Amino acid sequence: MGFPILSVTLAVPLAAAIVCLFLNAPAARTLALAATLADLALGIVLWANYDIGGAQWQFTERADLFAGFQYALGIDGIALMLIVLSVFLMPICILASWDAIDRRVGEYMAAFLLMETLMIGVFCAQDLFLFYIMFEAGLIPMYLIIGVWGGANRIYASYKFFLYTLLGSVLMLIAMLWMVNVAGTTSIPALMQYDFAPQAQTWLWLAFFASFAVKMPMWPAHTWLPDAHVQAPTAGSVILAGVLLKMGGYGFIRFSLPMFPEASAQFMWLIFGLSMAAVVITSLIALVQHDMKKLIAYSSVAHMAIVTAGLFAFNVQGLEGAMVMMLSHGLVSGALFLCVGVIYDRLHTREIDRYGGLSINMPMYALFFMVFTMASIGLPGTSGFVAEFISLVGVYEASSLATLVLTTGIILGAAYMLYLYWRVAFGVQRNADAAAMRDLTGREWLMLAPIAAAVLWMGVYPESFLAPMRKDIATLDARLAGAAPTGDARLAPGKPRSYPANAIAHEAAAAGEAE
Amino acid sequence: MGFAQSLYFTGAEVGLSLSGLVLLLVTAWTSHKAARAITVLAVAALFGAAIFTGVALWETSPVADAFGGLYRVDAFGSFAKVLIYLATIACLIVTPRFFAERGAYRGEYPVLMLFSAVGAGMMVSATDLMTLYIGLEMSSLSSYIFASFLKGDWRSNEAGLKYFILGALASGIILYGMSLVYGFAGTTNYAGIRVAFEASFPTGALFGMVFVLAGLAFKIAAVPFHMWTPDVYEGAPTPVTAFFASAPKVAAVGMLMRIAFGPFGGEAEAWRQIVIFASLASIVVGALGAIGQQNLKRLLAYSSINNIGFLLIGLAAATPAGAAGVAIYLAIYVPMTLGSFVALLMLRDREGRPLETFADISGLATTRPALAWCLMLLMFSLAGIPPLFGFWAKFVVFQAAVEADLVALAAIGIAASVIGAFYYIKFIKTMFFDDSARAPEERSPAGHWAVLALCVLAISPLAYLATPWLGAVADRAAASLFLFS
Repeated sequence: MGFPILSVTLAVPLAAAIVCLFLNAPAARTLALAATLADLALGIVLWANYDIGGAQWQFTERADLFAGFQYALGIDGIALMLIVLSVFLMPICILASWDAIDRRVGEYMAAFLLMETLMIGVFCAQDLFLFYIMFEAGLIPMYLIIGVWGGANRIYASYKFFLYTLLGSVLMLIAMLWMVNVAGTTSIPALMQYDFAPQAQTWLWLAFFASFAVKMPMWPAHTWLPDAHVQAPTAGSVILAGVLLKMGGYGFIRFSLPMFPEASAQFMWLIFGLSMAAVVITSLIALVQHDMKKLIAYSSVAHMAIVTAGLFAFNVQGLEGAMVMMLSHGLVSGALFLCVGVIYDRLHTREIDRYGGLSINMPMYALFFMVFTMASIGLPGTSGFVAEFISLVGVYEASSLATLVLTTGIILGAAYMLYLYWRVAFGVQRNADAAAMRDLTGREWLMLAPIAAAVLWMGVYPESFLAPMRKDIATLDARLAGAAPTGDARLAPGKPRSYPANAIAHEAAAAGEAE
Repeated sequence: MGFAQSLYFTGAEVGLSLSGLVLLLVTAWTSHKAARAITVLAVAALFGAAIFTGVALWETSPVADAFGGLYRVDAFGSFAKVLIYLATIACLIVTPRFFAERGAYRGEYPVLMLFSAVGAGMMVSATDLMTLYIGLEMSSLSSYIFASFLKGDWRSNEAGLKYFILGALASGIILYGMSLVYGFAGTTNYAGIRVAFEASFPTGALFGMVFVLAGLAFKIAAVPFHMWTPDVYEGAPTPVTAFFASAPKVAAVGMLMRIAFGPFGGEAEAWRQIVIFASLASIVVGALGAIGQQNLKRLLAYSSINNIGFLLIGLAAATPAGAAGVAIYLAIYVPMTLGSFVALLMLRDREGRPLETFADISGLATTRPALAWCLMLLMFSLAGIPPLFGFWAKFVVFQAAVEADLVALAAIGIAASVIGAFYYIKFIKTMFFDDSARAPEERSPAGHWAVLALCVLAISPLAYLATPWLGAVADRAAASLFLFS
């Protein structure tokens, strides 16, 4: 109580965004960096003061400012970790745009800061419509970021991004209106306890699915993602992969699962089927890409498929694995896009064939790139391993078939990532201009080193990240327990025999008679 | 009820009519130079009327009949009238420059605006078919003149002629419907019609109702009676188009609501199908028709058709919540559309020629950043993207539809709104993503800026703070519609 820390976390970037519109380029950069660092500090304070094992909803705030919905904020462990991820990535995004963006800097920084407010708002909103407003409003700055500062085909990508995600979300709004009409409350914690009629759950689940599946994105609604990623500026890709995609997963864990457990169980195989298809298909597509950003974008779709499969495994491991996967993927894919950005800034191409042998002239770059490549593959010691391992353990309890296919995807993941790394960092230096590129600058060090540290931290001691979420995931698992389908991996206990297995025939018969 | 009291209840209309007549005399005896002064006086009169009417919104509004049931004072009428007067004021502020530069500004213009506002006010307050028709014609006849006010411009003349012929046809349809209704109900009084129709509702009366609704659909430009809108909006001078899209539209929607919930309130099941069809058709046609447009005024014409579709969703709910939703939608729609047209008015090249096509506004964000940002907010608001206030307008009507169990209508309507979003974001794409093509005029008059700034403020996220107040007022307004004696 007392200090409204969540409101302040929302207000700092918002205020800075408005001021940035009126500043010149250097001042806007500095202000944006200062504001995001301030928010990072607030995020750390939030994490430090979060009472693990305490009340489910902490730092709650509430004000009756509006008709029809409330200004209600509050976080649980799941939201906390995603907020920390957002505030951690934002200063890095600003640094990544420091030199790369040279026109309309004030507007660019304003769009990014607004984006930060809305992302944090999505994760801490405790009111259904407040959530929807924040969720939808994110389209505006992202549309501008892709459209104004994007690559050659930016117009098409921006339209596709906007209309795809909008079409997904509007049906969710109708479902929300229906839910509020039936349940009589807009409070998310209250709705998480509300039992909707099973038939209605099916429709509601599908409406929410339309939104989150596009946002996530799940195959086959993923086609906007590679376009948006390729055309967006580096920092735009980082925030898109790092945080925006997590809104889909957050939506599943906050809405679809606890509010419609029966429907979730009913559609488990839809999710598993799409996840399996996604992992294999998008991994194969990633294997043949010539554009680095596109390759990483497709790998994002594959990783997000493991998140969805883990979420719908209906057990603690699956949920924990999915959450760690989201955090890990947010760091790793963000870092990979930054790595692409580093060499794109020097050579202005994302064509893989233009590079080669970068480990010779850019050893430090090659080192960082390798750490993130390994993390993406899931090498033990990196966050990717923890994420993949826990989620697959969870999925295995639900379905061994799904696990088999998902694991294939991980092998394919190793193939395309190693193939990418080999073509970019190893081999001969094919082009003189690529061979002449400088190694990392101090600013790039500042961007990549913190992420690398976080990736290793999460890989070696994931408990720091799991502890705040444990109780919330247990609560969610208890909520789902009633609907959870039985998995095929559990041993089916048979009827115990009444005589020892090595008993001789006549003794067995005698035992049988004695009974 | 005394005559004096009736005059008091109609004070806004009486005051505006008297000011209009006096100003008409002044116009007749002064030169064209006095036109601006007359505009200022007309704005003052409208402002006075808005305050006189608006006071009722703060208190528990009285419901009272004037002139023996011809006219009613209630929260709904006051709400609509305040909107009409404010929209008319905004239009008057931005009009003079446009016509004065073409040497066509006359004192008649503000005077006609006053009469149009009187007619619009009568439309939303009428509780008798006769009063209704007089108000309707008073407002329409002024509109025909506005459309062709640029006497030397053939586009303006064509717009005026088209508007007149089709408007007269619609008035004829309404009159025919009214005569049928009168024939079957035996009265032109709303309450009387309600009582008569609840006792018996023969097929002939149904025809009468359908004709009245069809004529009203023409006035609000709902599909399938929308064909005149793009031509008239494009041809009419831009300040006039701004006016058409705001005040008369509020009046027509207000009149439609009063008729639908009043005399035809017992037959909601009968007219609901018509309204649902018109609503979905308007949303889809308004969205698809706009996609191919290059002319911005034409595009905004389709946008207004699209918006009427969303308004009708609230009407289709046929509940107090739906009526309140429509009232809120109107209150948000007026600043959105007025702001857009005012921004269009401010878009001129160095020689003062209006920039009216997509090609003309490309790269506006670099040449006129403030204007481009305002337009961007207006367009996102029209598209209904939160956190802009246009979202709230759609939110309340969809909420009403869902509460009235029209989930399918709401789902189809909202899915179709995505088509509409396409051309709104095309606006933004042209202004922000494309390279600048033409050099627009660098400065705009303060009056235009003031109106634009107020409109943008009204649709900005800050407006959410006003939702409790707006909701309460709209609820009172809606309740007064259903309070039928």
